[in-house]
Amino acid sequence: MTTTEARPTDRKSPELVDMSWDPITRIIGNLGIYTKIDFANREVVECHSTSSLFRGYSVFMKGKDPRDAGFITSRICGICGDNHTTCSDYAQQMAYGVKPPPLADYIVNLGEAAEYMFDHTIFQDNLVFVDFCEAMVKATNPSVLARAERTEAPRGDIHGYRTIADIMKAFNPFEGEVYKEALKVSRITREMFCLMEGRHVHPSTLYPGGVGTMPQPSVFTDYLSRLMKVIDFVKKAVAMNDDVFDFFYEALPGYEEVGRRRVLLGCWGAFQDPKTVDYRYETMNSWGKDMYVTPGIIVDGELVTNNLVDINLGLRIMLGSSYYEDWVNESPFVTHDPLGNPVDMRHPWNQTTVPVPQKRNFDDKYSWVMSPRWFDQRTGDHLALDTGGGPLARLWSTALSGLVDTPYVKSTGHSVRISLPKGESLPETTLEWRIPQWSNTIERDRARPYFIAYAAAMALQFLEEAMGMVRAGETKVFENYEVPDEAIGCGFHEAVRGVLSHHLVIKDKKIANYHPYPPTPWNASPRDMYGTPGPYEDAVQGQPIFEENGPDDFKGVDIMRTVRSFDPCLPCGVHMYVGKGKTLTTLHSPTYGANHG
Amino acid sequence: MTTHSSTAEVSKEPERSEDRQGIDEIHILWISEGMSCDGDTVSLTAADQPSIEDLVLGLIPGLPKVNLVNKVLSPSLGGEDFLAPYRAAVRGELGPFILVIEGSIPNQNIIEGDGYWTSFGNDPETGEPQTLNWWIDQLAPKAWAVVAAGTCATFGGIHAMAGNPTGCMGLADYLGWDYTSQAGLPIVNVPGCPIQPENFMETLIWVLYHAAGSAPPPPLDHMLRPQWLFGKTVHEGCDRGSYYEQANFATDYNSPKCLVKTGCWGPVVNCNVPKRGWMGGIGGCPNVGGICIGCTMPGFPDAFMPFMDEPPGSTLSSLVIKPYGAVVRRLRGMTNELVNHEPRWRHNKRKLTSGYDPRWRP
Repeated sequence: MTTTEARPTDRKSPELVDMSWDPITRIIGNLGIYTKIDFANREVVECHSTSSLFRGYSVFMKGKDPRDAGFITSRICGICGDNHTTCSDYAQQMAYGVKPPPLADYIVNLGEAAEYMFDHTIFQDNLVFVDFCEAMVKATNPSVLARAERTEAPRGDIHGYRTIADIMKAFNPFEGEVYKEALKVSRITREMFCLMEGRHVHPSTLYPGGVGTMPQPSVFTDYLSRLMKVIDFVKKAVAMNDDVFDFFYEALPGYEEVGRRRVLLGCWGAFQDPKTVDYRYETMNSWGKDMYVTPGIIVDGELVTNNLVDINLGLRIMLGSSYYEDWVNESPFVTHDPLGNPVDMRHPWNQTTVPVPQKRNFDDKYSWVMSPRWFDQRTGDHLALDTGGGPLARLWSTALSGLVDTPYVKSTGHSVRISLPKGESLPETTLEWRIPQWSNTIERDRARPYFIAYAAAMALQFLEEAMGMVRAGETKVFENYEVPDEAIGCGFHEAVRGVLSHHLVIKDKKIANYHPYPPTPWNASPRDMYGTPGPYEDAVQGQPIFEENGPDDFKGVDIMRTVRSFDPCLPCGVHMYVGKGKTLTTLHSPTYGANHG
Repeated sequence: MTTHSSTAEVSKEPERSEDRQGIDEIHILWISEGMSCDGDTVSLTAADQPSIEDLVLGLIPGLPKVNLVNKVLSPSLGGEDFLAPYRAAVRGELGPFILVIEGSIPNQNIIEGDGYWTSFGNDPETGEPQTLNWWIDQLAPKAWAVVAAGTCATFGGIHAMAGNPTGCMGLADYLGWDYTSQAGLPIVNVPGCPIQPENFMETLIWVLYHAAGSAPPPPLDHMLRPQWLFGKTVHEGCDRGSYYEQANFATDYNSPKCLVKTGCWGPVVNCNVPKRGWMGGIGGCPNVGGICIGCTMPGFPDAFMPFMDEPPGSTLSSLVIKPYGAVVRRLRGMTNELVNHEPRWRHNKRKLTSGYDPRWRP
């Protein structure tokens, strides 16, 4: 149902080989990808994704003081921990009925903008791009590299590289110019983050009710001067990425099929508007739409909803292939939301996590990840939404809704326009990200540098607003509150790689239930109880293979590009499964620089 | 009051470097498959004094050639390709190597049957997941040195919190606190949730200088932490510490004053972050508005929760300091007022009153 339709081809008799990559490198956490590849027809026939790590946040948070939730849940992720703290604080603020002073919201927005810039940069340039760098393309598609050497880079006037191969060389790990510069930029943007949130990756100055960051003018000056230092790097990154990705479509006709799946995107929104947000559930639809990244669920190119209440009520956590016991027969924590709408037993507010470690079996249970789905009332489908790695869904949803209209970022209904000011070497630049034709590997990757530009542009606006308040003497950053005896709350936010929600139930001033849902369970989920594969499985399964190596020296670069395009991050949970086909040959993982770290 | 008493030396007599043989090339086998968030690896990439690329590219003089094998930074595509050096080390064919463990170690013994809490690759024979515990059992006896990166690996950390379902613990609890490596070193613990980037880099480099034969082993305290990094408390390096001394306490997070009453554990936590900053001197915890929640400590997190309440011990000490602080604050206020004036002779009247004397002799 959610699987991308099969491509018509002249089929040869299949030549099936089992191939696995476990662990997957250049990601955070434990992810294994198990496939069956048909080398005769050059396509992936089956794919399972599995995560082999269980830590148990939703278990050990029970009974704890709810105010500790942000500090604890930060530790879910070693790269986007602050997204968790922020989301937890949103959920707690709803439960406590507290609205932080507007300056605190701006400081959080500035911290999150720096986080998006940092995380997307280090991931794209130091982890993803290794799969597109000269060394890798030489090992997997030598003819493509030869063509890249002959192909002039159309945007060379911006980034300064003459040919496509020159760009690829600049991304060679540890030695390439851009690889090294990206590491430096990721440090500058992390410093910007630390100015607002104290420490990276687990922030020290975020609290439910506001922040502890001292809003002195110098904090904002130090942020601005660093932002301006990297603004030209951002413009160049967009140009280089566009050049390389356009070249791939051109050099390998049909590459759009790699990692393509039906457009099933989810975005929960980011960057609150401090002027309108009050964190109350009752008004969530209205302040949710005021966010500077608009929430939305997009199915086959159509915006199904951008109401956070609809989004919330449609959440379903399914089992099927995961190592857990079902909880549907237990008594619910929450029967109705604060607006009186019924809440499903499979909703995170009602989930109970009972781990059952067991043998991995790809025909039955094979992952520590559960299967979050979104229930589409129109069709009765449980949709395996993906996040497009984060930026693809965020830009798509914002573009379609047409609600964001700021001095630096504008949504047009079909695109997002981003204006960046003059930097050290490049003039003022307006970039336009247009809704692409496909939801595939290349478009997921391409959206990433555009979203870095988006975050940089929004940061400029947040800086202006925050400085205006500080200069006017409005420097309050924290609001006090009482923890109620009983309450519920939910937070919706965007972790770097996509949708993030935290659901909280308080009883006797303690946590009775807490369920964080980060993007990776959405993207990396296994087959659910209806047999619907998760997005990684769906995107890889059926994709064509363009790598020039045969089964003996196969590296699987097209598969790895697809998996990495989702920005996998396993601490928050992933998995995949290989089907029940007849195994002809079993090979283990491919080789590339086996002695190289 | 000082907490120096808690940092007794373990390695009292550094070896003389000339007695030892230097190592020219060493592998760093980093495993982050413990109960972890990989935040320590990510933090490591924030270090700039020196940076990870400086280390890998051999730009730090006097160190052995370093081959870093880390899943997040590996240019390999993954799977067996990535695991090759680990497998070689298990067979005893790769050495010397430093084993870095990130994340806490689950208790596999509480699982009945074939399940696992966390694994790292598959058994090439059976295709079954190979547990983290198996790898540690294989590699720890062969390692030239073992380094625990972050509070999860050192002491158990967040994932070993009360009520955790995995029974997880720190590396020294798993291997034994008296474990010694091939080089005769105890486990080197670098706590922090996550590691402060430069703290980790500096410790690793000290271990590498030791490998090169040019430095004694790093001096560690009784919890196996580097003494020069964890010998002082947060409070001793905090720029809000003087507010405490003046009994000037913040009552909520809007204040630049001492945060003890709003939940800061700085006075009793061994950590240098307020002094050193988070990265390149920027950021930190209480110095920039965040309460210290004790994330470098063996008792973290349970001993410090609920984080946002005043630590029980500080109720008395902050009461005791009150009369002293009030007097000192007033006296300092008076002196401050006094020195906030310019001397009388700075004016533009028609007479020089500065005391100038052209023929002054002592």
